[in-house]
Order: sequence, then structure tokens, then C-alpha cells
Amino acid sequence: MACFTAPLAEAIIVTIIKKRIEKKEKATLSLSGKDSTKIAETENHSGIPFSRKIGWLTKMLWGGSFLLAIEHIWHGEVVPWAPFLTAMNNPADIQPMLMEIATVGVTMALLVTAVWVVMLAVSKHLENRKEKNSACDKAIEG
Amino acid sequence: MCLVITAFAAVITTLIWYFKAHNENIKFSMLVLMYWGATLMWVVDGFFSIAKGEPFLDLSINDTLLGFVIVLCGLAVWLFVLLYKDPKNVFDFLKGAHKQTPTDINKNK
Repeated sequence: MACFTAPLAEAIIVTIIKKRIEKKEKATLSLSGKDSTKIAETENHSGIPFSRKIGWLTKMLWGGSFLLAIEHIWHGEVVPWAPFLTAMNNPADIQPMLMEIATVGVTMALLVTAVWVVMLAVSKHLENRKEKNSACDKAIEG
Repeated sequence: MCLVITAFAAVITTLIWYFKAHNENIKFSMLVLMYWGATLMWVVDGFFSIAKGEPFLDLSINDTLLGFVIVLCGLAVWLFVLLYKDPKNVFDFLKGAHKQTPTDINKNK
């Protein structure tokens, strides 16, 4: 009925958080005397910036909810006029709709977030491995 | 079928991203993550369908057609973002037209 609204709400919140983190990272870069165009160089030394990692989550949430919204439009559950959700027209449908958002929608948002956490862990592992390799290379050269 | 088609699109785009298009400029990762996000959400939907006593997959022609529409919509969004970001600066002439100062216009005359 409207299960995609839960991941959509999370997408909005995460996007706001991402903007704030980006600002902080830019401020840190300018404080340390680095140009923001040198982000790529920074990535090579201290891994992928967190703003980019959080971008993975926003893309999954926005993209997933957009494609699910298309499915709901296809099934006539979402319409381009107010109140947009056809379930809202019938008071008897409102309760099941809210129930669906709370169960299916929240589970969708949680699963996407859980997958993102796994992606973070894999990324961290790869970054650590890269750091170890570069440290070994330096030791051999030294 | 919608889930299967989207999952298939997610796997194919992941492989393309890994072997050919991991360049951040073309924003291909956005398309990959979009398909994976939708796939995960439909997996959850499928499990809730089982709980309701319905099948996990809807194998109707209508749902198959919807799957292709979903894939096309994902591609359309990616194309729109790509053209908007314009990594190759193909639309620079348009930006240049906006940035023209009166002095530039006089020089052109």
C-alpha cells in the first residue's frame, strides 16, 4: 500500500546527515590546509571519506523507494493527486496501510541499512589490508 | 518476476561496474545501488507475502512487464543524473552562455 514511505523517510534523514558530514569534512580539509579538490589524494592515504560511504546508503534508499513507488503507481496504489495514496480515500484502509508501513516498510529500511553496515565492514577490511600492504612495501624499501 | 528482473539487472550492472565502469565520474555505482536497494526491498515484500499465504514471486505477465518498466525507469534516472552532472563537460557551451559577461558579449560583436 505504502511500504516505500518508511525507506523514503530514512532516505530524507540520511541525506540531511550526509550534507552535514560533507560540510564537516570540507571544513576539516580546509583547516588542515588541503584543497577540497585534493579529496582523491586524501582517499588514498586515509581511506574512503565517510560522506561517500553514507552516500551508498542514500543511493540504495532513494533508488529503492523510487522504484517501489513506480510499482505502487503501476498497481494504482499511488496517484498524482491528493491524498496521493489511494488507501487514504477509504478510512477502513488507513489502519492496514499504517500497519504495512510499520511492518514491511520498517523491515525494508532495516534490511537496506544492515546491508550497508556489511558494506562498511568490508570496505574497512579492504582499507586495513591496503594500509598493511603499503606499510610492508615501505618496510621492504627501507 | 519484478523481483527477479530487478535482481538480474542489479547483478548485471554490478558486473559492468566491476569490470568496466568503476570510474566515479559516470555515476554508474548509483544505478547499481539503486537496483540493489529495490531488490532488497522486494525480497522483504516477498517474505511478508509468504507470511500472508501468498507466493514469494508473482509470475504473471503483468508483473514481468512491470519488471522491465522498473529497469527502464532506473536507467532513465541514471541517464538524467549523468547528463545533469555532465562529467565530460559536453554541455559546457550552455554554461558558458550563462556566464558571459557584457564585456564578453561586446567582444563577440
